[in-house]
Amino acid sequence: MSVKKMKAIVGLIAMFAIVSAHASDDAGLVKNVKGDVSIQRGEQKIAVKPGTRLQVSDRVITGANSSVGITLHDGTLLSAGPNSTLTLNKFEFDNTTHKGILDASLKRGTLAVVSGKLSKSSPDAVKYRTPTSILGVRGTEFLLEAGGN
Amino acid sequence: MKFIGKKFIRYLVLASLIAFTGCASPDRIVLLPNADGSPSAVIVKTATGERVIDQPYEAVDVSQNGAITQSKETSESVRARYGSALDAQPKRATTYVLYYLNGKVEMTSESRAVVNKLKEDLKTRHVPEIIVVGHTDLVGSTEYNDELSLERAKDVRNILIATGIPDNLITISGRGKRDPVIKTADGVSEPRNRRVEISIR
Repeated sequence: MSVKKMKAIVGLIAMFAIVSAHASDDAGLVKNVKGDVSIQRGEQKIAVKPGTRLQVSDRVITGANSSVGITLHDGTLLSAGPNSTLTLNKFEFDNTTHKGILDASLKRGTLAVVSGKLSKSSPDAVKYRTPTSILGVRGTEFLLEAGGN
Repeated sequence: MKFIGKKFIRYLVLASLIAFTGCASPDRIVLLPNADGSPSAVIVKTATGERVIDQPYEAVDVSQNGAITQSKETSESVRARYGSALDAQPKRATTYVLYYLNGKVEMTSESRAVVNKLKEDLKTRHVPEIIVVGHTDLVGSTEYNDELSLERAKDVRNILIATGIPDNLITISGRGKRDPVIKTADGVSEPRNRRVEISIR
């Protein structure tokens, strides 16, 4: 196999990897940050600033006197107050059909939610969790507080 | 009897300690009124029960064992307790529509004024994402209109990039004549269908 051919194949594989990573993981965008906000992504701890992309399985952590505002791709608005831990367990959104899935947990702290397109087109696929409860939503704005420890 | 009394007091001290340190503070869910006034609901399921809240400011407290207690908030109490989460809420999406001249990639003079409004709006947003969709009326072939609608969308993208919006926050597409606002027969010239819709959030 020629070097040129190999390069082309490697390039193609890399392209597919990038495309599929984008399609499966990218879930939203951090719009505003106050104080100390980080994302735990696997082993990595990432400092969050406006423009940071949120991925599936990310855990968003806010410190004292801190807060964060996030827009998910279906238009859902999530904003967490101080001392909060929010995990995006699952997220899929098809821009054409508006179908998909949203599953998020608030382990501690406070969270304000404005539901997006998913809660209209796939209401049963949208779930929010606290340590004690599972929430289903119907075209909704609401607040969540996890008492925690 | 004396022994039991001591044990009871010890238990009381322990219980109040737990209460004071907040170890057992409940989870809470509060339904807010929808911005557009439409009805809404949250269904809360726990290990031991289920409750639907469907009135603005209706709330439930859920204890560690899953017991649900209904309560009521007000706009003031919500402000006091959840103000920082609410203040961090990103701005809601807005849609603008720009109209184009017949068969051209040139917008109407009225629409140029709308572009200025759009630019002002963009300044108030953190990291705005913009979705631009071009449309045409039903004059001409599908291919011609696909091309024209995409060129109109690109025109808007160029304006946005010129104001300093990064390219990677702008998504453009052309829908051709597939999605008219005013349904007409094929071949009909209709100014309200010659448009670009811009959703920003």
